[in-house]
Amino acid sequence: MTTAEAGERPVSEVLGVPPAAHKARDRGFVLVLALLTSIALLVLAVLLIDTAIDGVPQLSLSFLTSFPSAFPAKAGIESAITGTLWLMGVVTFVIVPLGVASALYLEEFADGTRLWNRIIEVNIQNLAAVPSIVYGILGLAYIVRGPLSLGRTVLAGGLTLALVVLPVVIITSREALRAVPPSIKEGALALGATRWQAIWRQILPSSIPGIATGVILSISRAIGETAPLILVGAATFVAFNPTGLDSPFTALPLQIFSWISQPNDEFRMLAAAAIIVLLVLLVILNAVAITLRNRYQQRW
Amino acid sequence: MATSKATSDAAGPNAESVFGPARRRIGEKAIAVALFLAAATSVVITVGIVISLTGETLAFFADQAVSVSGFLTGAQWTPLFSDPEFGIRPLVQGTLIITGIALIVAIPLGIGTAAFLSEYASPRVRSALKPTLELLAGVPTVVFGYFALTFFTPSILKGLLGMDVSVFNGLAGGIIVGVLIVPTVASVAEDAMSAVPQSLREGAYGLGASRRQVTVRVVVPAALSGITAGIVLGASRAVGETMVVLIAAGQVPTTSLDPRNPMETMTAFIGATGKGDVPTGSTGYKAIFAVGFALFVITLILNTISIRFVRRYRQVYE
Repeated sequence: MTTAEAGERPVSEVLGVPPAAHKARDRGFVLVLALLTSIALLVLAVLLIDTAIDGVPQLSLSFLTSFPSAFPAKAGIESAITGTLWLMGVVTFVIVPLGVASALYLEEFADGTRLWNRIIEVNIQNLAAVPSIVYGILGLAYIVRGPLSLGRTVLAGGLTLALVVLPVVIITSREALRAVPPSIKEGALALGATRWQAIWRQILPSSIPGIATGVILSISRAIGETAPLILVGAATFVAFNPTGLDSPFTALPLQIFSWISQPNDEFRMLAAAAIIVLLVLLVILNAVAITLRNRYQQRW
Repeated sequence: MATSKATSDAAGPNAESVFGPARRRIGEKAIAVALFLAAATSVVITVGIVISLTGETLAFFADQAVSVSGFLTGAQWTPLFSDPEFGIRPLVQGTLIITGIALIVAIPLGIGTAAFLSEYASPRVRSALKPTLELLAGVPTVVFGYFALTFFTPSILKGLLGMDVSVFNGLAGGIIVGVLIVPTVASVAEDAMSAVPQSLREGAYGLGASRRQVTVRVVVPAALSGITAGIVLGASRAVGETMVVLIAAGQVPTTSLDPRNPMETMTAFIGATGKGDVPTGSTGYKAIFAVGFALFVITLILNTISIRFVRRYRQVYE
């Protein structure tokens, strides 16, 4: 459309409606957008309230300190909590060195024009979107059975979950490293530091809050994952705490899933109570991450 | 000069006297190699996924009970029966129906949320809404499964809407998966809308357009490739979502198109079969890998499309 044409047409034709009607339509449009935005949040609110109504009456000290049982009144989640804590330990131990090292390589060392570096980048992007159950299949074939043959142990479960969240750790760590201005590194290099000295003494310390935030959020994603653990074959009826990396285990999301699968309503109430415990754990982790981000992150 | 990589041989003290002996660079090389190896693990993981899936999938098709054409076109999926049938169509169909329902829910909610956040929300509202959406994204999917089965189906679908649905049904699964992927769609779409240059908006305002017209006719079309990327990524998450459908949609592979009935998706089959103690090498065990392979390929295609679209809007505006 040329400007000459537009000049000859009435305003209402160009804009669709006379200007006076704009205000009403605009207001309606904002309301629709606000409504669409609030629906998902409303579902979240209803979910939390419904779970609280079902689960809170079941919460008690004995629920937290008992093992699963065939009798709902006696059943608890001690072994599920300890199992989840063990998994958190294994996941952290794997993803921190591997994730940070990968991020450092991609941000500081890799020459982005080289083919293999591009392959690594695209690959990580793709891995981040692979369904977690596919990692479960990998865990089943290669970690539980096959080459590693670790069996259905804490170590196998933790390694599988670490694989699920590794791409996320790499991506968030890269963002944290990128947030450090190049002038910091250039200053260090100009003073005669080697590349690694600049990274180790300047860039890495400045980006630790950002990296830690990413790691904690990844851990909280890992401990909510259920599907990979189903395949790795964590048992759902474990009446003892894990004693080591080679111990059989269960975990909170699995215990929840197993209780939901029971047709008995009393067990479903227990599932709601266990969900509350899991959500509280996640909220604590997220609060730590947000505090770290807000308090220690440097503004450049 | 002895230093191999010095960028300039400037006058003054020679590089070695300032930086120390060149030997230290060996350590630097070793570190670079170690970091490269760490980064390469991600490729090893992908290779591991591909090899483990293809290996068992080939073994699956080598099985006498299975034929490739029967797998792709058969309408019966009963791998654990004594006279098993291996037609993947019911599983693919269940996945497509549930993903379709999820997208019908997530597209308007996700784009509406993105437009609201990008074009209307004040900084204060934004800073409250975005973490809440992240919270929604952070709730474990098993919790959504619980919600779909114990609240959404009995209280909303049956109670409030008076629908005649089964205890396990595809509709509840699809709708809840849709809510689950709203943060994914919204955050990618919002990134794209925020990346639309301010000058385009100002140009439209200058021509007398209202805020709504700017949003609908300028920002959304300009951000279309990013919005598409968000939708495709959301679809990929819906296809791969396991717990909600495993819990709420049932485990009945069916060719029925009615979402009020129970149905089984590819992911739910993998979860339900993997739950039991499937012996290594049995046809049921191999079937997990064959379905997983199909799932992996579908999500890989969707992810690649999504990455392409994101790259397109980045190229245009950044």
